[in-house]
Amino acid sequence: MPNNKKMYDKGKVIAGLCIFVVMITFPFWYNLGKAAPAPEPKLIGKAAEAGQQCVESKEYMKAEHMQILNDWRETVVRDAKRIYVNSSGKKFEMSLSNTCLDCHTEKAEFCDKCHNYASVSPYCWDCHVDPKEEM
Amino acid sequence: MESGRRSFLKIAGLSALGLGVRPVIEVLASGEAAKPTVMKGENILTAKRWALVVDTRKIESEEDLEPMIEICDKIHNVPKFENKRHEIKWIWMEEFKHAFPTQEHEFLDERVEHLPFLTLCNHCEKPACVRVCPTKATFKRQDGIVLMDFHRCIGCRFCMAACPYGSRSFNFRDPRPFIKEINSKFPTRMKGVVEKCNFCAERLAVGKIPACVEVSNGALIFGDLDDSESEIRETLRTNYTIRRKPALGAGPSIFYIV
Repeated sequence: MPNNKKMYDKGKVIAGLCIFVVMITFPFWYNLGKAAPAPEPKLIGKAAEAGQQCVESKEYMKAEHMQILNDWRETVVRDAKRIYVNSSGKKFEMSLSNTCLDCHTEKAEFCDKCHNYASVSPYCWDCHVDPKEEM
Repeated sequence: MESGRRSFLKIAGLSALGLGVRPVIEVLASGEAAKPTVMKGENILTAKRWALVVDTRKIESEEDLEPMIEICDKIHNVPKFENKRHEIKWIWMEEFKHAFPTQEHEFLDERVEHLPFLTLCNHCEKPACVRVCPTKATFKRQDGIVLMDFHRCIGCRFCMAACPYGSRSFNFRDPRPFIKEINSKFPTRMKGVVEKCNFCAERLAVGKIPACVEVSNGALIFGDLDDSESEIRETLRTNYTIRRKPALGAGPSIFYIV
């Protein structure tokens, strides 16, 4: 019975495999430790004064702001309901440019920073106006 | 482990009961935490069917109409394009022969022949644009306003083909650079979206009548067709009015006293 466990060109194959593994993992170890830290959105002006309370709690807003904005645009345009009553009974006008940006005046610091980091590009600003940019 | 059918059924029964209990506990545990709600503004103007009467007897020249068009363009961020093929119109002027093509004839009186007519979305009773919109971006509100949800418009322009009044415009280019002074209280539109008059839905929501009516010096009368006591109904009762292309059956809500 022939010894079919013999490996031909052992040296070349293993060296080739090593090079292959190094090359395929290159992006991982090359960038090791270089990952940009997740940015913290900055609260400036009115938003900083309000402290931890947006229209809902900070944690809720962090996780759900996109859902809230999506619901808002639906109810404002379609149902003509423009007032949001939050879980503690406080009323807000549902408006991105006039309510959100009234407190979070620095869109670049508050919205864009995280969105750029997470590589999401919401198309809000194709139409909605950042009042600051227009002044 | 030996397990008889009886003990298996017992365990299965208990498990099923346990699964059923959980939602009940969750409901009880959640207690009185208030849910956020949405509501209409306190000053909102409501109606069954908003409509407009244009009293052309009070209009002599284009100068009388300009302020109405200007204020609308200003508050709604309507761009100004030099190229007529890119023009965006919410409210504009039209000659009689174009606004009322079926009523035009060669012996028209001089006043009407040269008078500019104010034209805008007719907020039809049976709007063709709503029927053809594949995404329901254009819809009819409870108060009769034919409104657009710009978020949902995909720019197919079926509505433009369907509208018999030319009330809709398409953004062939990014409109922002062509807006003289952007009103930050109202969004602009983007390239690839259709737009038209919204009967100042954003103003009605806070208790204001449409901007064009406000600056019209009485040439425009705005009101609810469903309210027989309203000023607009009184005007319609006491004056002969015409509508644009009535034979099409769209049921326009803009009336003209000629």
